[in-house]
Amino acid sequence: MRIGVITFPGSLDDVDAARAVRLAGGDAVALWHADHDLLDVDAVVLPGGFSYGDYLRAGAIAARAPLMADVVTRARQGMPVLGICNGFQVLCEAGLLPGALTRNAHLHFRNRDQSLRVERADTAWTSDYANGQRIVVPVKNGEGRYVAAPGDLDRLEAENRVVFRYLGGNPNGSLRDIAGITSENGRIVGLMPHPEHAIEELTGPSTDGLGFFTSVLKALVAA
Amino acid sequence: MPRVVVDVVLKPEISDPQGQAVLGALGRLGHAGVRSVRQGKHFVLDVDGTPDAAELTQIAETLLANPVIEDVELHLPEG
Amino acid sequence: MIDTVDLAAKTPDEPQPYRELGLKDDEYARIRDILGRRPTTAELAMYSVMWSEHCSYKSSKVHLRRFGELPESDALLVGIGENAGVVDVGDGYAVTFKVESHNHPSYVEPYQGAATGVGGIVRDILTMGARPVAVMDSLRFGRADAPDTARVLPGVVAGVGGYGNCLGLPNIGGELLFDDCYAGNPLVNALCVGVMRHEDVRLAKAEGVGNKVILFGARTGGDGIGGVSVLASETFDAEGPAKRPSVQVGDPFTEKLLIEACLEIFAADLVTGIQDLGGAGLSCATSELASAGAGGMHVDLDTVPLRDSTLTPAEILMSESQERMCAIVEPAKVERFLAVCRKWDVLATVIGEVTGGDRLTVDWRGERIVDVPPRTVAHEGPVYERPMRRPEDLDALQADDAARLPRPSTGAELQAHWLAVISSPDGADKTWVTEQYDRYVRGNTVLAQPDDAGVVRIDEETHRGIALALDGNARAARLDPYTGAQLNLAEAYRNVAVSGARPLAVTNCLNFGSPEEPEVMWQFAEAVRGLADGCRALGLPVTGGNVSLYNQTGEVAINPTPVIGVLGVHDDVRERVSTGWRSAGETVLLLGETRDELSGSAWAAVVHGHLGGRPPVVDLAAERTLAEVLGALAREGLVTAAHDLADGGLAQALTEATLRHGTGGRLALDGDPFVALFSESTGRALVTTTDPKAVKDTARWAGVPVTELGTTGGDTLALDGLLELPLAELRAAWTATLPALFGLPEAPVGVRPVGTVPAGTVLSS
Repeated sequence: MRIGVITFPGSLDDVDAARAVRLAGGDAVALWHADHDLLDVDAVVLPGGFSYGDYLRAGAIAARAPLMADVVTRARQGMPVLGICNGFQVLCEAGLLPGALTRNAHLHFRNRDQSLRVERADTAWTSDYANGQRIVVPVKNGEGRYVAAPGDLDRLEAENRVVFRYLGGNPNGSLRDIAGITSENGRIVGLMPHPEHAIEELTGPSTDGLGFFTSVLKALVAA
Repeated sequence: MPRVVVDVVLKPEISDPQGQAVLGALGRLGHAGVRSVRQGKHFVLDVDGTPDAAELTQIAETLLANPVIEDVELHLPEG
Repeated sequence: MIDTVDLAAKTPDEPQPYRELGLKDDEYARIRDILGRRPTTAELAMYSVMWSEHCSYKSSKVHLRRFGELPESDALLVGIGENAGVVDVGDGYAVTFKVESHNHPSYVEPYQGAATGVGGIVRDILTMGARPVAVMDSLRFGRADAPDTARVLPGVVAGVGGYGNCLGLPNIGGELLFDDCYAGNPLVNALCVGVMRHEDVRLAKAEGVGNKVILFGARTGGDGIGGVSVLASETFDAEGPAKRPSVQVGDPFTEKLLIEACLEIFAADLVTGIQDLGGAGLSCATSELASAGAGGMHVDLDTVPLRDSTLTPAEILMSESQERMCAIVEPAKVERFLAVCRKWDVLATVIGEVTGGDRLTVDWRGERIVDVPPRTVAHEGPVYERPMRRPEDLDALQADDAARLPRPSTGAELQAHWLAVISSPDGADKTWVTEQYDRYVRGNTVLAQPDDAGVVRIDEETHRGIALALDGNARAARLDPYTGAQLNLAEAYRNVAVSGARPLAVTNCLNFGSPEEPEVMWQFAEAVRGLADGCRALGLPVTGGNVSLYNQTGEVAINPTPVIGVLGVHDDVRERVSTGWRSAGETVLLLGETRDELSGSAWAAVVHGHLGGRPPVVDLAAERTLAEVLGALAREGLVTAAHDLADGGLAQALTEATLRHGTGGRLALDGDPFVALFSESTGRALVTTTDPKAVKDTARWAGVPVTELGTTGGDTLALDGLLELPLAELRAAWTATLPALFGLPEAPVGVRPVGTVPAGTVLSS
């Protein structure tokens, strides 16, 4: 299974997302923001980092990159897309997910090993988790506060589209402790924490993050 | 060269911790009379020829501001 | 009217503002001698920045020669003199690392000063041909509760984090310390480490007549003009900085693009030489590249892309705009070089070429404005043998031993002093700072703060890894700079060893006061002598480093602060050992010997506000043995945790080891519990093990004393017959200090740190 990882100017965790794909048993395919070629991948990861330095707004310029037009088209056709941190910001700016990410409420960059509760285990990226499961994944961002209009938040809750919530403390002030959400069809997931940094005991707080990448491989096989 | 100014501010319902931090600092400096501070962005565009209001409105509303969370004011040059 | 070489030759008596640019009369005369005429304005600018203390090391060179006299090391691939030293770490891998200061700019503009400090050291590593893989920071400020510290510290931390995080470099460790002597002169020392294959090493030389000189990266603006010669050779007087020179402003996004472009350029073998632009900008890059090469260089200065079109040629040559590099490229490879830059949206411009002969010439709009022998600019600057004098107060200071200070004796007193030491700003939990740094990016960080060393995996197949530690106790160096420098070396060496790594090489950042003060110069010379002797005893090469002088506020110099960085290697990084106690029922052992050594200690400073006596004895042979034992214990998997003892002695080490994972212990101390807890004797490590016999046998066989302290487990730290500290209380005291001082919306500001001491004692917080 080919999982594409897009590199924008300033992307940082693209290498780490690729490693996670490989460890899960997939083929990581490097994609370049300026191309119009998704190289036949079955799913796409938008990685963490500071694309375009977070200039204008985090993810704003990357969302308008040439390759994103292709991603949006394929996503609307059901291709699974995972947006991690900056990738989540890009998904919101590109209109694939509702709401927006703003400056952390306490105004600091914050890197923590964060507990999360899995709220929805039947998306393309979370099927290897169980509803209510607690996982520990690093969170590291300065612009990670999720906000949306009250009506949009209510709709997300009503449609069961909140995928992860912060447990044991909200690291950035996200409304309703929302750490990650999904699209209406459950194929696009965006989250601020970094599962690709929780895949090896040697380098992470847990291996809880691998589930994202094993889940999508199964979802692709089933599709 | 004509100059176009675009001001972008967070929508009133979105909390603005940066503005609040500035307000706190003002209070500590003794400026009790300031009730609220909202922080935003100010863009200055130098354009060729006569500014195209429709094009600039689109630029302002779809790129310079994120309409989900921000309000935008476009200031075209006089005349 | 432009000041050309011709004009200069014709107008020898034209007055020039050399004194305002920081040059002395004899230095100006020497320039005239070298050139056979007066210098042009542009040449004067070049000489003034390149001959400043910061660039020429004129006061420190004669002393730094000691490092070059150390025995040759097989591990050293590139030594002192290049942008950074390069060390062989096995399997064909080479590691380059260096620590550098950005002190004065951080006082003026804390965020940008710290940010550009990180940017500068990262470029030094990049320019050696390596991918930068991690950073560390060593920070010192005035008293933690001083108003100016509240101005400077948050900005510096935000700047270190803001720049490093955006570059995608994990911050794997550092230091944060407070002392009144840094009140007007904070210290911001940044370290960067990079990894490459042996064959990838790049050097900074211009070779091959006809090869092009390409300037790439950011546009050149008015950043830091005069920053180098004006700022770093000036101290701040008591009212604050007398002038506000334009500080450098950093753009980490541009530097990230620069890193990726350079690595692609290196991989495609497109450059014959490369240099980054740091202090003294183009003046430095061109003169150094030309000096190191075989011939000369010519530059057309008006081709330099500018951000500010009003800059004069002299200003362009002095500008310290960030995120710029200079490469030497064969004509046949120029197009490919430019194509890589275009791909990454990095501005690149051919500004000149390598020439035959031995002159560096610069033209501005067709007129010659610089024609100098490059070596005289870059390497043959003034060399001073400054007068030195042992500080007059040193005898009295050394005689004022901490042994005379009243000591706690009851369990309650010991507990109160314990809490005071570990909750002092120096001893307190640093999470407030370290949470602002990304430790995970690149996915290879194995250990980071609060572990003793930062450990990074460099090969995912073979599991080879590197370890780094950065230490700089300044109280010890104030009491005895020779011993103090060795103590810092020993501590960094030991910190690398407790992780299970084999120490390999040393870098240093020497922060001192004004070299024009004989007492400061004596401190500097002694520290260098101590460090050189120490490296000889430990068998380690000094790969390079940095000197920062003129760290004073008015007449008062900072304490001598030699910050030492040690690099080590893990053959298998999976065997690394971390510091925290994890499981109950394990045996706690103390390796090394504890003596009654309280002078210069954290206890003396926190409880009594006292600094006096002689620092603890340094026994480098014992450190070497201890390091070998720790390495063997790690390789054999015989210890479950290892933590070195340093500031705050055993009390601090126990606090950190138990709170890490919330595992307490039941311990018993032999002899004087006060000495056991607060002495800062060197050469000691605290380990836990499930096989105490094997550990004791290993240690004793090597001649390392072992003391059994007790057993891990429980939710208190109990010293039988003396005190019992609930971990919750210990944690509350240890974690409250920094948030209380520097605030967070989530933590109330103004809450006093928990922990009281007997009446009549002095708290530094």
